[in-house]
Amino acid sequence: MTNTLFINGKECEYTNEQNLLEVIRNNGFNVPTFCYRPDLTQYGACRMCVVEIEGRGIQSSCTMPPEPGLKIHTNTEKTRRIRKIVLELLLANHDRECTTCDKSGKCELQQYAQEYGIKDIRFARKKPQEYLPIDDSNPSIVRDPNKCILCGACVRACSEFQGHSVLGFANRGSKTVVQPMAGKALGSVDCVFCGQCQAVCPTGALTIKSDIERVWDLINDSNAKTAVQMAPSVRVALGEEFGLNPGENVIGKLNAALRQLGFNLVFDTNFSADLTIMEEATEFIGRLTKGENLPLFTSCCPAWVRYLETQHPDMLKHLSTCKSPQGMLSPVIKELVPKYFDGFTEENLHVISIMPCTAKKAEAVRGQLFDNGRAQTDIVLTTQEIARMLKSAGIDLATIKPENNDSPFGQYTGAGTIFGASGGVAEAAVRTAYEFVTHETLENIDFKPLRGVDKSHRTKEAEIDIKGTKVKVRVVSTLREAEKSIQELKNGKADFHLLEVMACPGGCINGGGQPRSCDNLKIKELRADGLYKEDKELPLRKSHQNPDIIKLYEEFLEKPNSHKAHELLHTTYQDMFKNSYRDLV
Amino acid sequence: MSTQTSGVINFKKVDDIINSCGAKKSNLIAILQKVQDEFRYLPQDAITYIGTKIDELSPATVYGVATFYAQFSLEPKGKYEVKCCDGTACHVRGSMPVYTYLTQRFNLQEGKYTSDDGLFSVETVSCLGACGLAPVVVINGKVYPQMTTDAIKIIIDTIIAEENEG
Repeated sequence: MTNTLFINGKECEYTNEQNLLEVIRNNGFNVPTFCYRPDLTQYGACRMCVVEIEGRGIQSSCTMPPEPGLKIHTNTEKTRRIRKIVLELLLANHDRECTTCDKSGKCELQQYAQEYGIKDIRFARKKPQEYLPIDDSNPSIVRDPNKCILCGACVRACSEFQGHSVLGFANRGSKTVVQPMAGKALGSVDCVFCGQCQAVCPTGALTIKSDIERVWDLINDSNAKTAVQMAPSVRVALGEEFGLNPGENVIGKLNAALRQLGFNLVFDTNFSADLTIMEEATEFIGRLTKGENLPLFTSCCPAWVRYLETQHPDMLKHLSTCKSPQGMLSPVIKELVPKYFDGFTEENLHVISIMPCTAKKAEAVRGQLFDNGRAQTDIVLTTQEIARMLKSAGIDLATIKPENNDSPFGQYTGAGTIFGASGGVAEAAVRTAYEFVTHETLENIDFKPLRGVDKSHRTKEAEIDIKGTKVKVRVVSTLREAEKSIQELKNGKADFHLLEVMACPGGCINGGGQPRSCDNLKIKELRADGLYKEDKELPLRKSHQNPDIIKLYEEFLEKPNSHKAHELLHTTYQDMFKNSYRDLV
Repeated sequence: MSTQTSGVINFKKVDDIINSCGAKKSNLIAILQKVQDEFRYLPQDAITYIGTKIDELSPATVYGVATFYAQFSLEPKGKYEVKCCDGTACHVRGSMPVYTYLTQRFNLQEGKYTSDDGLFSVETVSCLGACGLAPVVVINGKVYPQMTTDAIKIIIDTIIAEENEG
């Protein structure tokens, strides 16, 4: 039903918006906010989105539902004054060393202070001894409590996305802080490293732990050789940092840019996504035939793996033993590149991966993914970090001429590319599993019920008939949803055979390392569309048709799940639950 | 892992309290109160345990609740909990000299509320609703009306004498 209200004297329509702020934005107006994130519950903490309503006075627009006939003014003397005071007070106890802050240029506090012309802060600055220490104990995220404005977005993200609440408010009044339990280090609690807290943070209080300098050191080291791989969803998001539209596929430009940056070989994680499917589909068929350890859980998402290891180790037997695509490609590169390319040796070759994900940084340093004391993936960069590197090198992604990547780990199918969206791994697996079992061609390969990345698509299901066997596939994004499936399984109510889990809402396209997308729900949909568009346009859309994959098995790996494949492409998991509180419970 | 237990407290007791109240998020305050009654404070282990055990809660969330309310203490409280009312009526009738006497006698300061021997802890409360008896001190639930520094000295001396005998 359509209703009308008035914004700044203009008659405006609204339908099912939950709050005035959405109505205001949908009608082409805007109000500033720190704490409102459309994917999270309204909180009304920051008071920046206040509007004046005739007869109702000042209201925060994010917490007020729309009513027909309301006369709203978004930009009055009073609202401006309130916002300026809010900004001034926030800045009064904020670490204002903006130039050296990781979020500089992307910080909302900085942006609004600039827009509202805050030139002078009347309140005394915090004394140096009042500054709290920076917590960089987490492999993925750095927490600087001196830049926190207590908007609570991270607390809500941790709880509402991951059901986990590693971060919480503590104390009261002027002593309030956001911190892990009892002020413990973020690296010592059950954080899954998804980085969503950092993705919704309006300031520099939570940032990605940067590995940029380590990569420059490698590039500048004349004795080191570098091979780089990038995940599917990087290509549909990186362009945003250079003024391109969300969802625009920049893979060709990225190949060229990475070469210009100084990487020696440019490969593609999409290739190893195909490889993952070969292994995982075979593993799935094996378990389906034997009827053991079903349902099979996908293992591509490191946050999900960590969640199971710390919270539900009794469920680890369900987890696919396949490494993630990042984890598969690195050892394959290190094993084979020295054989194919002159000048590359096992010692001098370094693999750098570009991921939409902060948890991949933690995955790369897992003990199980080390060879002879060296990580198989040497350094993981996020999409945000590679954008910064390109900018600092003066490379404009928007104008650079596209190039192809390097052989033999560059070719990929549509199945590999859709790995980046929630539902993509399951869809890709089913395409291959069906043909592996039936030896017939699967005609209709678009599994529409498994697609969709918005809030209403966090749990999706589809049933596929494989020669009389009905296979039920369930796809979830966010660990809060995953927990529900685990509980079903524990209560004997689970009827699905394959469970795909991605910890970030909507999948990797909305990962913690991606360019900012938390204030516009359309961005992740456009990115997913970008992946499905590439899938549709590629000549090959099933992983087992990838000629480079076929060659890799013929020349090196023999067959999926072979001994050699297990050595390189499969991994083990660790029970991190023993002697913990959960154990006692 | 940080979630390793230190094994200091008896989790069975915490478990019994959780079960007696009902393992629900909405019962958290009641659970914390009973745990505090049991241990005379909220041990960090107990907070983590409660946050892990009850659905929809986490250690960080429970810690947030425990640090929000003044009634909860994360430090062990004394055997005798002295509450010095500093509501408006008590304040104007001279509660502060009484409070100052207690903090000086037990060598307490900001952040240290319990005497070194663990016998007394002293805190101010905002209003006990007994303004007609101002200034009021409550020790382990027993109300002492119209306090002065001389009177509180006698009361404390008596308690210490009883402790030494018993």
